[in-house]
Amino acid sequence: MFDKSKVERHTISILVENEPGVLARVIGLFSGRGYNIECLTVSEVDAHKKLSRISLVTTGTPMVIEQIEEQLRRQVPVYSVQDLTVKGPHVERELALVKIVNSGDKRVEALRVADSFRARTLDSTLESFIFEVTGSSSKISAFIDLMGSLGAIEIARTGVSAMSRGSEIDY
Amino acid sequence: MFTKKKIRHILVRHEQAAVHAAEGYARSTGKTGVVLVTSGPGATNAVTGLTDAMMDSIPVVCLTGQVPSHLIGTDAFQEADTSGITRPCTKYNYLIKESDELQAHVEEAFYVARTGRPGPVVIDLPKDILMLDAPYSPAKAKTQVARRYNPVTTPDPEAIKKAVEMMKVAKKPVIYGGGGIINSGPDASQSLTQLVNETGWPTTLTLMGLGELDASHDNFLGMLGMHGTYEANLAMYNCDFMLNIGARFDDRVTGRLSDFAPTSVKVHADIDPSSINKNVRVDLALIGDANEIIQALLAEMKAQGFESHKGDMKKWWSAIEGWRARQCLAYKQTGDIIKPQHAIHRLYEMTKDREVYVTTEVGQHQMWAAQYFNFHKPNRWMTSGGLGTMGYGLPAAMGVQVAHPDATVIDIAGEASFMMNMQELSTLAQYRLPVKMFIINNEWMGMVRQWQQLIHGGRYSESYSASLPDFEKLADTFGMKGLVAHTADDLDGVIAEMLATDGPVIADIRVAKEENCFPMIPSGAAHCDMILGPEDTEDAISEEGKVLV
Repeated sequence: MFDKSKVERHTISILVENEPGVLARVIGLFSGRGYNIECLTVSEVDAHKKLSRISLVTTGTPMVIEQIEEQLRRQVPVYSVQDLTVKGPHVERELALVKIVNSGDKRVEALRVADSFRARTLDSTLESFIFEVTGSSSKISAFIDLMGSLGAIEIARTGVSAMSRGSEIDY
Repeated sequence: MFTKKKIRHILVRHEQAAVHAAEGYARSTGKTGVVLVTSGPGATNAVTGLTDAMMDSIPVVCLTGQVPSHLIGTDAFQEADTSGITRPCTKYNYLIKESDELQAHVEEAFYVARTGRPGPVVIDLPKDILMLDAPYSPAKAKTQVARRYNPVTTPDPEAIKKAVEMMKVAKKPVIYGGGGIINSGPDASQSLTQLVNETGWPTTLTLMGLGELDASHDNFLGMLGMHGTYEANLAMYNCDFMLNIGARFDDRVTGRLSDFAPTSVKVHADIDPSSINKNVRVDLALIGDANEIIQALLAEMKAQGFESHKGDMKKWWSAIEGWRARQCLAYKQTGDIIKPQHAIHRLYEMTKDREVYVTTEVGQHQMWAAQYFNFHKPNRWMTSGGLGTMGYGLPAAMGVQVAHPDATVIDIAGEASFMMNMQELSTLAQYRLPVKMFIINNEWMGMVRQWQQLIHGGRYSESYSASLPDFEKLADTFGMKGLVAHTADDLDGVIAEMLATDGPVIADIRVAKEENCFPMIPSGAAHCDMILGPEDTEDAISEEGKVLV
């Protein structure tokens, strides 16, 4: 109503203590306050220090994005929150598994497309393939679109993992 | 607890009341209130109180029982997912899995509850953990805490410098203080008073901040917001510089956001960075403890040779005096029927020389109490601001009375709110807590009735308090004194007798039934569109405003 500025897409990297309920705490904050989560990736990154990293893509006006980050920062088990989109150059990668079921020329074409996307073939039967593809989210979406036009497909995507470029280490 | 006599336990009658009592204790002392409840229904009953403490930033630690560890997840008897249910309504919570975690978690829980922006913390304790020995080891104390929770309390000196530079050019300034100053401790209230004296600036306080500046201070404009004073709201609307210390631009304060103090430069001091730019975009943020910030401002003002613009301030004050002259809180007490405003005003007059603490329930009586009871010190006023919890006042008063056994503790109540936690009369009786329950009885849920009158075309629906008990007899059944004031002539006598009575008293004050609470900023309106009295109410509320609450 009041905030008429443009909605932006931001990639946020959050380092949290790997304790029970920490993911529920983070996503509950998003659902409770009506923020969006476009994708979310989480895994332990340091077993000794009990640290997990959450990579998260969200959308909102600049005021909402600022709120999201401050709300995250004030959680007790959150050690650091970096807005990679604001911070500057960073790399984002996503991995997808794509199963395609087809036959004939379309099967040959699927292999050709997979090759041009540098996808690896993980499984193969006479009617199907499973490809593994990594890259930016847009590259993966393009790959999935192409596969979808060549047969019946099933998709599993990991969501984005991201990190800022350069020699700086978070935490 | 059977053997440890150092901990005093008060056995209340309902877990919601237990949390409110702990809040009353915390607000009136500045210490952390502690609650102990059982698993399942005990924990779910506590949720309203925890949410209340969360919204109003009150330090409370709540220990909840849990079924034994091996039964968690099996839908065991009196099992509830307490850590899941309370996660969004606490500042932090724990489920203890090993007894050797206990010390670190309990120490951290108290640290988290009382530092930074205070709030409630839950520790869920499975029964098997409770049965084990977990001795306290001073050597292990406070290892984990320092690592992961470090709120900033000292403001950035560069920001303070900038703030004072902005203050120097202010011609129509206003100070807007909130509950953060109370939470910072009594020193912060003294610092605020010093700041007000040195600047000579007009000052308004939120519902949560009442008492941090003496209500009789010349620069005090009264409370601001929906039922704030005309002068406070117009000063906010017309100011060119706003210094917000420890308030959070709540919707009950700001009114329509697009017209909130439209021509002002805003500086916002808060200990919680997430409060900055949440509702209102500000020009400068000062992050830190309220007292440290005010002290830093005072020191920097000295260093920069701060002086208020004398000529401009004179003009500004004369505008404010003009608004004050409207006497927006004036009322006429004529005839037999007691005006609620008069009842509270008399209560104030007759108690002002005592050590008095006031709690309230939620509704019209709460707003009248905020308007007509003057607070001269911090920590004397306990009310449910953010959550607006009816039923808060009586149990909160119990907590206050336990903390201040010799003080006069008054719950200014409405009859409908009072009934939401009146099982606690039994607790008052058991512990001989001499709380004075001053019920502004208009036989309506008055604020609901007022909105139905002003906004919904007089379609009064489910807002009448039917089948009320005889409060005098109700008091009698618990062995306490019951009093009734039917007419204006009874009022002073009833108050005097109430105050002279040693034990708890219920005073049933029968007031005008359809009195409305004014001034009022209708929902969806701006500070400049106030309704001062019944004559202004025609079409005051826009279609857009009717959708809001």
